[in-house]
Amino acid sequence: MNIIITITVTALVVLYAGLFKAKKALLPLTLLGLLVSLGFVASGWNMDQSYYGMMRMDNFALAFTGITVLGTLLIFLLTQNYFAANSENVAEYFTLILFALAGIVIMVSYTNMSMLFIGLEIMSVSLYILAGIQKHNFASNEASLKYFLMGAFSTGFLLFGITLVYGATGSFDLAVINQYLVGNYKAVSPLFYPGIILMMVGLCFKIGAAPFHFWTPDVYEGAPTLITTFMSTVVKTAGFAAFLRLFADTFAPLHDFWMPPLMGIVCLTLLIGNVTALFQKSFKRMLAYSSISHAGYLLFSLVTLTASSSNNVLVYAAAYTFATIIAFAVLILVKRKTGDDHFDNFNGLAKRNPFVALVLTVAMLSLAGIPLTAGFIGKYLMFLNVMTGYHVYLVAFAILNALVGFYYYFRVIVAMYFKEGNDTELQTPVQYQLVLVFSVLITIFLGIYPAVILNLI
Amino acid sequence: MEQLLLLLIFLPLVGALVTAFTGNAAKHVALVSAIVSLALALVMVCNFIPDASTQFVVNCPWIKDLGISFHAGVDGISMITVLLTNVLVPLIILSAYQHQYKSANAFFALILFMQSGLLIVFTAMDAFLFYIGWEAALIPIYFICAIWGGKDRIRINMKFFVYTIAGSLFMLLGIIYLYLQNPSNNFDIQAFYSLNLDSTQQAWIFWAFFVAFAIKMPIFPFHTWQPDTYREAPAPGTMLLSGIMLKMGIYGVIRWLLPIVPAGVQDWGHIAIILSIIGVVYASVIAFTQKDAKRLVAYSSIGHVGLISAGIFALNVQGMQGAMIQMLSHGINVVGLFFVLDIIASRMHTYKIAELGGIAKQAPKLAIVFLIILLGAVALPGTNGFIGEFLLLIGIYQYSLWAAIFAGLTIIFSAVYMLRMYQNVMLGKTNELTIGFKDIKGSEQVVLYIICALVIVLGVYPKPILQLSEASVQHLIEQVTQKLTSVN
Repeated sequence: MNIIITITVTALVVLYAGLFKAKKALLPLTLLGLLVSLGFVASGWNMDQSYYGMMRMDNFALAFTGITVLGTLLIFLLTQNYFAANSENVAEYFTLILFALAGIVIMVSYTNMSMLFIGLEIMSVSLYILAGIQKHNFASNEASLKYFLMGAFSTGFLLFGITLVYGATGSFDLAVINQYLVGNYKAVSPLFYPGIILMMVGLCFKIGAAPFHFWTPDVYEGAPTLITTFMSTVVKTAGFAAFLRLFADTFAPLHDFWMPPLMGIVCLTLLIGNVTALFQKSFKRMLAYSSISHAGYLLFSLVTLTASSSNNVLVYAAAYTFATIIAFAVLILVKRKTGDDHFDNFNGLAKRNPFVALVLTVAMLSLAGIPLTAGFIGKYLMFLNVMTGYHVYLVAFAILNALVGFYYYFRVIVAMYFKEGNDTELQTPVQYQLVLVFSVLITIFLGIYPAVILNLI
Repeated sequence: MEQLLLLLIFLPLVGALVTAFTGNAAKHVALVSAIVSLALALVMVCNFIPDASTQFVVNCPWIKDLGISFHAGVDGISMITVLLTNVLVPLIILSAYQHQYKSANAFFALILFMQSGLLIVFTAMDAFLFYIGWEAALIPIYFICAIWGGKDRIRINMKFFVYTIAGSLFMLLGIIYLYLQNPSNNFDIQAFYSLNLDSTQQAWIFWAFFVAFAIKMPIFPFHTWQPDTYREAPAPGTMLLSGIMLKMGIYGVIRWLLPIVPAGVQDWGHIAIILSIIGVVYASVIAFTQKDAKRLVAYSSIGHVGLISAGIFALNVQGMQGAMIQMLSHGINVVGLFFVLDIIASRMHTYKIAELGGIAKQAPKLAIVFLIILLGAVALPGTNGFIGEFLLLIGIYQYSLWAAIFAGLTIIFSAVYMLRMYQNVMLGKTNELTIGFKDIKGSEQVVLYIICALVIVLGVYPKPILQLSEASVQHLIEQVTQKLTSVN
């Protein structure tokens, strides 16, 4: 609870600081607030506090809060001069991102379906505004509108699902619902089944799984890059945490029922994400589709429920988050220099800035799932997870998709190292260097010695 | 002494880091690192007791929750490949001395990084570690070939990379499957050996592993990446690929495939042998028609590897011992051949056989060493190639007469096309292009003389090498046959 309070208060303070034109103080204040939140994550570890049956700060919630807050912190470090160049109202950006983060903390810690809805909405509404915050940019406006319409739809699905489940069980409380399922395993009310499916659809919208992914590429491309970074890393992680709490815990007794449609979603997501990413000309759009394919891999954790399903998601999400932050950070740098995000702008980057090229290479290797990077451990855990249920064909299918993935991730490496580009040097501000070095070290460290986060949850 | 293996594995990694941060002196640093590795390997050989046991064992938990440990050790079979790696890497680095590579520090650092990965593959006693080493060796060679390679390097190396990694991912699938069958929940090789899998399971695991290894070697029809990749790679890259890397596939078959799924090998091994023999004949025929010297050697390499693979799947001591010594010989010979071709190409700027000729008059030293290495490659008695191929053919003969006849053709074939290449390149009339050919000097001499010495010494007195692996090979064959009889 103190984490939510800290984040919300920070958001308000930053908003007021913006009113009084204290532009210099915005970033330090925000970072301070986030660091304090991280401190609360650490101090609350193993405490397992519950708040009136609405939220529960167990290790699951704390671990996901930790990773999302850390991701947000890194993204904030990238804001140097970014928003100032895009908009006058820098404080609003900061505040909205923080509000979204507050919603996310609720999403990862809810034990009551009404809280799920509230958290999701706090997050989504902030994001609708953030996507369209460049008032005079047509693409940004389009992104915002699309995101809003699709988001509203998906929330509708989710709400309808919640209603049906409530109708069947008479409660919003996850523990009660789970009790109901365990107790009436043979005679679950027929209302429950469409409820589950509708909730699944609603959440799949949010995490961008196919066939509910159509908004992702356009929104990711249209939104300001930093917001895209936030959406594709932190928000996605939160979506999966919410998904897990509901499906891996509460609805677990009905796994046999909801697993087959989920399996279909997984296969479709992998296929569409990877194959479409292959044909992209824009780096940003490629990352958008790659994020869809990663949603597919992440869903592996739900295909077979094991004791470590949640932890596998955590590892994968961490690996994915750090690598994606690197990719977007480099994109921002390149885009600043050249003006658009076409692949060709990465040509010859190895000469223009060897450090950035090396870091981005590690990130791409991690996203592709090459050993000695965190991405490999994540993929390995997911494969292991599914193999525990002996879904050999699914893994074989995933392997074929991973091969497709190599093509588009390596395109970036090929462009950077093997192609000639213009020779203008690329500058990296100190804060960017900090984020890049930190993320790359974590990526390699988790790849070599993942034991530190294997048994967190 | 216990930490010797650990030192051997990680020294190249340290060397790579140091090399990466040195400027112009990178090649010297890399060479020093490689020579120290060689010295360590020689110390290891001297302290190695040639029995069937696994020695210099390192076993420490790595990722406990997943049952993964850093478990490595050396037996006779590993010893040969470890020796091969550590002998060839300094030679390969030295062979690159005359070239001016862009960002040479990265180039040499990647070679050393790869050495580390290779040593992990050749010593791993934990399947997960094996897989990590397998990929860790692939990444550097991809970059070596794709950054410093020829014109069409990007497309070709992408094909190479996706091909190999496709195979290895299916192997990973097999490894995960075995892990799930293992009641002790780890990746230990001994635990994998003692699994009781039924014949369907064995068949699937067999194919999952076999495809990975077959792509690496490469065996027909998984070889299509190989000639192009060899052709476009920079000379040291070609040497690494052909000299050491393809031995990963052979070693993988011996260490992992045969003992884990003997019934799978019994059921499906004949297909592997047939493919290998087809590869031998096919590659020889194609090599016959090549106009490009580098491609010719690349195809001849497919032929040689096919023979080795057939010898292994014949599942007898002679075939296996032949494979062991031939791995070493082939590595040495093929590195020598590619180096000679590189010397010629760096002076003449062409690999086209027709454009060359009469070099022997201009460069008598090169002509002699080239001939010695070539004779080793075509397995003339008294050279290192002979011992290996002879044993391999005996092994294959015991399996099937016809296979041996077809495989035997390869020796005749390879003698014909290799000697014809020699004739067209080195002998004959000196033309306008080759008139200014300068003979080998400095580091080139050192490398080629060492290789020639190895060709002859191993050919005349191969006993120490054969002794190194004999006990382990025998043990392996016993283990496999025992397991087969207990199943039947």
